[in-house]
Amino acid sequence: MNRAGERLYNGMVKENPTFVLMLGMCPTLAVTTSAMNGLGMGLTTMAVLALSNLFISLLRKVIPNRVRIPAFIVIIASFVTAVELLLEAYLPELNKSLGVYIPLIVVNCIILGRAESYAYLNPPLPSLFDGIGMGLGFSFALTCIGAFRELLGAGEVFGYAILPASFQPIRIFGQAPGAFFVLAALVAFQNYLKKTRQRAGKAFEKIGSGCSEDCMNCDRQGCTKRFYDTDAGEGFREQEEMSLSGKADAGAGSQGRRRQPDLEIVDLDEEGK
Amino acid sequence: MGNVRDLLVILVGSSLVSNVVLSQFLGLCPFLGVSRKTNTAAGMGTAVIFVITLSSAVAGVINRFVLQQFHVEYLAAIVFILVIAALVQFVEMFLKKAVPSLYEALGVYLPLITTNCAVLGVAINNVQKEYGILTGIVNGFATAAGFTIAIVILAGIREKLEYNDIPESFKGMPMVLLTAGLMAIAFCGFSGLL
Repeated sequence: MNRAGERLYNGMVKENPTFVLMLGMCPTLAVTTSAMNGLGMGLTTMAVLALSNLFISLLRKVIPNRVRIPAFIVIIASFVTAVELLLEAYLPELNKSLGVYIPLIVVNCIILGRAESYAYLNPPLPSLFDGIGMGLGFSFALTCIGAFRELLGAGEVFGYAILPASFQPIRIFGQAPGAFFVLAALVAFQNYLKKTRQRAGKAFEKIGSGCSEDCMNCDRQGCTKRFYDTDAGEGFREQEEMSLSGKADAGAGSQGRRRQPDLEIVDLDEEGK
Repeated sequence: MGNVRDLLVILVGSSLVSNVVLSQFLGLCPFLGVSRKTNTAAGMGTAVIFVITLSSAVAGVINRFVLQQFHVEYLAAIVFILVIAALVQFVEMFLKKAVPSLYEALGVYLPLITTNCAVLGVAINNVQKEYGILTGIVNGFATAAGFTIAIVILAGIREKLEYNDIPESFKGMPMVLLTAGLMAIAFCGFSGLL
C-alpha cells in the first residue's frame, strides 16, 4: 500500500495537474465561477479518472498498441456517460450548472494523459490510486480557484458570506474575463517560481505530464496530436512529420521532437531564460 | 420568415455574444498556442470553420437518424467523439488526394483539431439545445466563425505585444491570458446585441 500512498501524494502535490502540470485548462477556467462548481467538477473528473485508469490498466495487455488511443477514448467516454447519467438522476442542480462541461470530460487531457503515461504501463492498483490522487489534486485546485473567484466576485465562499457587507464585490471575477485574469496571475506566479529556482542554481525539473506538454503548448505534441500517433515505432511518426513539415525538409524530419515550421509556438521555458 | 430570424439570432449569438473561447472557454489550446502570427491564426481559424461546420452537419444527421431512431441518445458523447475523429482523418485523406491546394493551406491544422473540445462541444450543444440539422449547422458555423474572429484579433494584438516591455514573470503566456481577459471584457459588450 506504500506505493498507493506515494501515488496519492504525487497526484495531489508533486504533479498537481492544475498548479504544476497546467493540464485541463478549459474546464478549469469554465467551471470555477464558484467553489461549489469547482468541487463538483473536480470530483466528477476524479470518478472518471479513477475508473478509467483502473479499467485501462486491467485491459492493458488486451489493447493493441496501434489502436490504444481510440480504445482509451471509448473507455473514458463510457465512464463519462455513466457518470453524467448518475449526476442527472441524483444531483440535477450540479448537472445543470456544469452543463456541457460534463460530457466534455471526454476530451480532458488529464484523463487521456494519465491513461497514456501511467495506467497503460502499470498494474491496476497503483493506477487506481494514481487516478484518485490526480483527481483529488484537480478537485483541490478547482476548489481553490473557485473559492478565490467567488470571494472576489461575490464576497462569499461556498455560498457563505465571508467579507463584510461594506466590501463591493468585483463582479468581473465571477464572469468569463475574471477566469483569464486569475489564470494569468497563476501562470505568472509559476514563472516567477521557476526563475527564482533557476537563479538559485537548481535546474527546474521538467515533469512529464503524459501529455508531454502543458495545455498552453498542447498543439506542439500534446494530446490533440496523439490521436493519430497510433504506432509506437518512429516510422509512422516520421511519415506524419514529413507530411507536416512539407517535402522541402523531409529528410530532417526524424528528430524526436516534432518539427512544425508552419506553427509558431510559445515555449514557456525558452522565454523564461 | 420567423425561421430565418431565428437562424440570424443564433448566428450573432454564437459568434459574438457567447463567443466560444472568450465566454465558453472551449478550444483554448489552439487559441493560446497558434495565435502568434495573424496568418497562421487565420489558417487555423479557416480549418476550424471547415471542420466544425462539417462535423456539426454529420453529428446532426447521426443524432436525428441513428441515435433518436433507436432511442440511444445517451450514447451521444461516445458516438460523436469517434465520428469526429474519423471524419477529420477522412477529410484529411480526401483533401490530400482531391484538393491538394486546400490541403496545402489547411493540412497542418487538421490533426490539431480532432480532439479539440470546441468541436465536440458544438455537437453536444446542438443536441442539448435540441437544434434541428440546419440550425445545428448554422450554430456550428457561427461558433467557428466566432473562434476565428477571436484568434485573429488575439494574434494581431500579440504581434504588437512583441515590442512591449513586459514584467519578467508576465512574459509569454500570462500576458496572452491577460490580453484574452481584456478581449473577453470587450466581447461582453456584445451582449447588448440580442
